[in-house]
Amino acid sequence: MSKNKQLPNLQNLGILLRILVGVNLFGIIATILVSKQLSEFLPIFTMLSTVIQPLLLFSILVLYLLYPLLKKLRYWQSVAIIVGVEIIIATTISLLFSQSLLLEYATAPYRVILLTLSATAAMLYYFDLRQRAYSPAITEARLQALQARIRPHFLFNSINAVLSLIRSQPKRAETALEDMAELFRVLMGENRDLVPLEQEITLCKQYLNIESLRMEDRLRVDWRVDELPNHALVPPLILQPLVENAVYHGIEPIAEGGQIVVTITHKANELLIKISNPYQANNSHHMGNKMALKNIKERLALHFDLEASIRHQTNNGHYTVTIRMPYEKS
Amino acid sequence: MSSLTILIADDEAPARNRLKDLLSDITNVSVIAEAKNGKEAVDLAIQHKPDLMLLDIRMPLMDGLEAAEHAQKLIPKPHIIFTTAFDTYAIKAFDLNAIDYLLKPIRLERLQAAIEKVRAIAPPSLAALKPLQKTRSHLSIHERGSIVLIPIDEIIYCRAELKYVTIRTKEKEYLLEESLTHLEAEFGERFIRLHRNCLVAQYAISGYEKRGDETDNQQWHAMLKGVPETITVSRRQQHLIRKA
Repeated sequence: MSKNKQLPNLQNLGILLRILVGVNLFGIIATILVSKQLSEFLPIFTMLSTVIQPLLLFSILVLYLLYPLLKKLRYWQSVAIIVGVEIIIATTISLLFSQSLLLEYATAPYRVILLTLSATAAMLYYFDLRQRAYSPAITEARLQALQARIRPHFLFNSINAVLSLIRSQPKRAETALEDMAELFRVLMGENRDLVPLEQEITLCKQYLNIESLRMEDRLRVDWRVDELPNHALVPPLILQPLVENAVYHGIEPIAEGGQIVVTITHKANELLIKISNPYQANNSHHMGNKMALKNIKERLALHFDLEASIRHQTNNGHYTVTIRMPYEKS
Repeated sequence: MSSLTILIADDEAPARNRLKDLLSDITNVSVIAEAKNGKEAVDLAIQHKPDLMLLDIRMPLMDGLEAAEHAQKLIPKPHIIFTTAFDTYAIKAFDLNAIDYLLKPIRLERLQAAIEKVRAIAPPSLAALKPLQKTRSHLSIHERGSIVLIPIDEIIYCRAELKYVTIRTKEKEYLLEESLTHLEAEFGERFIRLHRNCLVAQYAISGYEKRGDETDNQQWHAMLKGVPETITVSRRQQHLIRKA
C-alpha cells in the first residue's frame, strides 16, 4: 500500500488523460493571450504545440516510470521531485529545439520553463482539489452502499432461521451466529482501503453459509477459483453484494433452486470476476439489483477511475455480471 | 373448543420448523399441512380445508398474496395470516385493511394473539390486496364447492360468452366469472385480441388462413396448436396479423 494518498496515481489511464487534456487547455489559453487576432491563433498554437506535445508526452512517460518511487515518499517530497523533473525536461527540450530549429520565438527557455512550471502547478492543484472533493464521496458512497447491502429481508429471515435451530440443533445455531457476527462486522466497518481478495472470498462463503441454512440444497455454488491471482487487492464488499443479488433474484424465485457460478481469473494486469445465476424473465424484482450494481460501479470508479468496468448481460436463461479491474498486488 | 386446523406455507424449511415449534406451544391447534410454495398451499388447502392458512409472502411459483386470493374462493373460506420478514408495501396495505400479518422472526405472544382473533371473528375480505399483486400465475375457478387452478401458461384462448369467459386449455374448457377486458389488462403481454370477444395466447397461434367464398366475404382464421377449432379474426384486428 502506498502511504502517499494525496499524490494522483500517475499510472492510471484516467489521470494521464486528464493531464493531456489539462495541459493542452493551458496551451490554448497561453495562445489566446499572445495572439492579437483570430487568424494568428492557429499558427501560434501549432508553433507552441511543437514544443508542448513532445514535452508533455516525455513528462508523462517519465512520471509514469517514476510513480512507484514517488508514491513511497511524502507528498511534499514527491511534489518537489515532480517540479524538479519538469524543470529539467523543459530546459533540455527548449535548448534542444532552439539550437536545431527556427522556433526561437516560441522556445525562449524562460518562457518554456515558466509555462511548464505553471502547468505542473495547475495540474497538481487540480488533482489535489479533485481528491478533496471526492473523499467525502467515498464516505458517502460507503454509507449508501451499506444501506443497500444489509437487505432487511436477509437480516430478519436469517434471525428467523437461527431461531428455528436453537431448540433442535444448538451447535449449528452457534456457528450461524458467529458467521453473522463476522459478516456484520465487515458490513458496518470502515471500508475505504483495498482488501486482499482471499478475505473477500471468505466473507462471501460465510454469507453463503447463512443463506444455505434457509435455502438448504436449493442453493448450490460453484467456485471456479483455481487460477486465483496471488495477493490481489480488491475494493471491500465487491463480491458479497453481487452474490447476495444472485441468491435473491436468481435462486429464491425458483422452487427447485439453482446454481451460482463465481469465476475469478486474471490475465496480465487485469483481474476478472464473473458471477452468474439462473434467470427467469417473469419475476419482477429488478430495482434492488440496479441499486447494487450502480453502487459497485461508483466504488470501482472511485478506486480505479476509468480502468475498471462492470457489465451485466442475460442470455440462455443466465444472468451474468462481469467486473474487470486492475490487478493490484499487496 | 374444537381444535383449529392450520396450513403452513413457506419456501424455507427453518421458517416452517420455527412456526411448528411455536404452534406446538399453543393449545388447541394442529398443523395439518405444510407447503413449500403458493401453488402447493392452494392444492393442499383444497384437499384439507384448513381453518387457517399461515402464508409467507415471497415464495417461488406463486406468492402468498396470490395463493390467498385463490384460497378465498374455498367454502368455507379459510382465515389467512400472512408472514413476512420485510415487505413495506404489503404491510402498509395490511394495516389499512385490518388484515392480519406476522413479522419474522415471529414471537409466540403475537402468534397467540393472532390465533385468538381468528377464533373470534370471521375472515376479513382480502379484496384490498389486489393492487399489490403482480400478474397472477394461475386462474382459479369454482367447481362444486372447491376450486381448480389453471396455470396461465396452459391457456390457449379466452372467449367472452354472455356472463362468463370460456377458458380453453389443451385438455378442457372452464367457465370463469371475470371480464375479458380485465384479463386483457392483466395479461396483455401474453395474449392478443383477435376478435372483440376473444383473447388468444401468442405462443399457441400456429398460423393464419383465409377462408370463405371468392367474393368479399373472405375471413382470416387463426389456427391453434393443440386444439382443432380456429378463431375468426375480425376485420378490425387484421392489422395484427400483418405485424405477426
